[in-house]
Amino acid sequence: MNGPIVKVDGVIKRFGAVNAVAGVDLKIARGELFALLGGSGCGKTTLLRLLAGFEQPDSGRILIDGQDMTGVPPHLRPVNMMFQSYALFPHLDVAGNIAYGLKREGVAKPEIAARVAEALSLVKLEGLGGRRPSQLSGGQRQRVALARALVKRPKLLLLDEPLAALDRKLREGTRFELVRLQEQLGLTFVIVTHDQEEAMSMASRLAVMNAGRIVQAGTPHDLYERPASRFVADFIGLANILETAPGRWLALRPEKIALSAERPATAHAVAGTVVEVAYEGDRSLYRVAVDAGPLMQVAQMNVARGTESAFRRGDAVWLGWADDAGQVLHE
Amino acid sequence: MRLVIALPYLWLGIFFLLPLALVLVLAFGTNAPDSVPPVELGVDLASFRLLFTDDLYLAAWLSSLRIAALSTLVTLLLGYPMAYAIARADPRRRPLLLMLVVLPFWTSFLIRVYAWMGLLSENGILNQFLRWSGMAADPYTILGTEWAIYLGIVYAYLPFMVLPLYASLEKLDWSLLEAASDLGARPLPAFLTVALPLSLPGIVAGCLLVFIPAVGEFVIPDLLGGTRTLMIGKVLWDEFFTNSDWPLASAVAICLLVVLVGPIMLFQRQQQRSLERRS
Repeated sequence: MNGPIVKVDGVIKRFGAVNAVAGVDLKIARGELFALLGGSGCGKTTLLRLLAGFEQPDSGRILIDGQDMTGVPPHLRPVNMMFQSYALFPHLDVAGNIAYGLKREGVAKPEIAARVAEALSLVKLEGLGGRRPSQLSGGQRQRVALARALVKRPKLLLLDEPLAALDRKLREGTRFELVRLQEQLGLTFVIVTHDQEEAMSMASRLAVMNAGRIVQAGTPHDLYERPASRFVADFIGLANILETAPGRWLALRPEKIALSAERPATAHAVAGTVVEVAYEGDRSLYRVAVDAGPLMQVAQMNVARGTESAFRRGDAVWLGWADDAGQVLHE
Repeated sequence: MRLVIALPYLWLGIFFLLPLALVLVLAFGTNAPDSVPPVELGVDLASFRLLFTDDLYLAAWLSSLRIAALSTLVTLLLGYPMAYAIARADPRRRPLLLMLVVLPFWTSFLIRVYAWMGLLSENGILNQFLRWSGMAADPYTILGTEWAIYLGIVYAYLPFMVLPLYASLEKLDWSLLEAASDLGARPLPAFLTVALPLSLPGIVAGCLLVFIPAVGEFVIPDLLGGTRTLMIGKVLWDEFFTNSDWPLASAVAICLLVVLVGPIMLFQRQQQRSLERRS
């Protein structure tokens, strides 16, 4: 079957007087790894819970694989969710947790055993089927939660902040692991995250949410290089936002600006003074005060070994960028 | 410091162990109606022998266990939905709901049981209402039957069921129920496979807190159950005060203790385990 796996049509969800989701239209294609990105309270988790069926929209509708999900309870949806807290059953062992959903379906015992074993090997937890969740590390628990949702072979897997509870080192490895699984299984993943780096590096497409609405949706590259608004430009990565005319802005990424001691030959050149240097190892981030306008952020890779940063605080520098280096914004 | 630790032990020694030893000694004595006190000390097993040979005592035991077990079951069936509802209520309303559960404790237990007599007697409020509303012409005889005992026990012990159940349900992570429903469980199976097993410690604690005192209950069967109902607590009272047979009454008390040691130890182990799990 063709057509989008998820179609969200004008969905509104209110909690009291608050519009948690304030009119969202969205299509997610089959096999996509789609990320919903936004700060806390932007409505991304509510949207995920609407997809799972834990909440019902006040208006609008949600179609999953062409089926209208209005009034369909969670246990009848072809969707599984990985909870932020993992929500593993503490009174069941790992195998029992993974088998839970299959038992509810009435799958035969030998098949359950085979599919649980398959799921365990998929998330590389062979031999841990007899452990209780309390006997596992955080990373292992996350894998059990993933296996428990995947074993049901859902049309759509929802992941609520899947990496938030892991420490940084583990998070980076798990990111690639999730993408590998998603590609290997050919499933559609919808990930909710507040971490823009996570969304950018994993998603094939992402939507930035603010105040219950989708502000912009597109590929990570689109959103980074062609933000549609100052909010998106500012939310994703770093940006210098310069007001070039009333109601007209230029969003300029720090790494698109060249830093030099002499006046550069680029279309735009501005003189300034280095106010701050943040050394990050691979690159240095400079804050430069220019004669007219805000502090400019400029990033430069530290390609040469030996010197710390190319410029120091107080150095007089030139900033240069090309005509097409920035994105013109109207909102 | 040593005094602080020693004082409670001293207290228990004087007011619990000593009387218990006294009862044990009396149980092996011989009934002597003409002396004061009416007992001759010695090692006489006659009282125990009587307990195990006279059908009256066996019948009283069995009926006590049956009444206590059935009341515990009814209390559980009533208390579980209550505790569940309180645990899922708005956190701001929970203290009020819990206070309502323990509110009856503000009135003396004895007075509350007397109030039930007024409610249930043939000219009591319940029968007057039934007659006035035309639902029944003849008054129902409830007071003096086993029904009244069940009513009394369930009423009096309900808070002891609700509170431990609430304590274990309140700790339950509700996202587990969402996870169950997400994995395809309908509401009832989700409850039976997730919430119920996870609240088992509360169920065990609540049942034992009701069952153990209900077996030896005296006031409720005496005031509400009338003369026909047999419960071991009442038998004990009758042997001591009506028949003045101290050794036999003491033997009944010792047996009651022995029978309840099992469930009490179960309760202790359960508490111990849930403490360990928390740490």
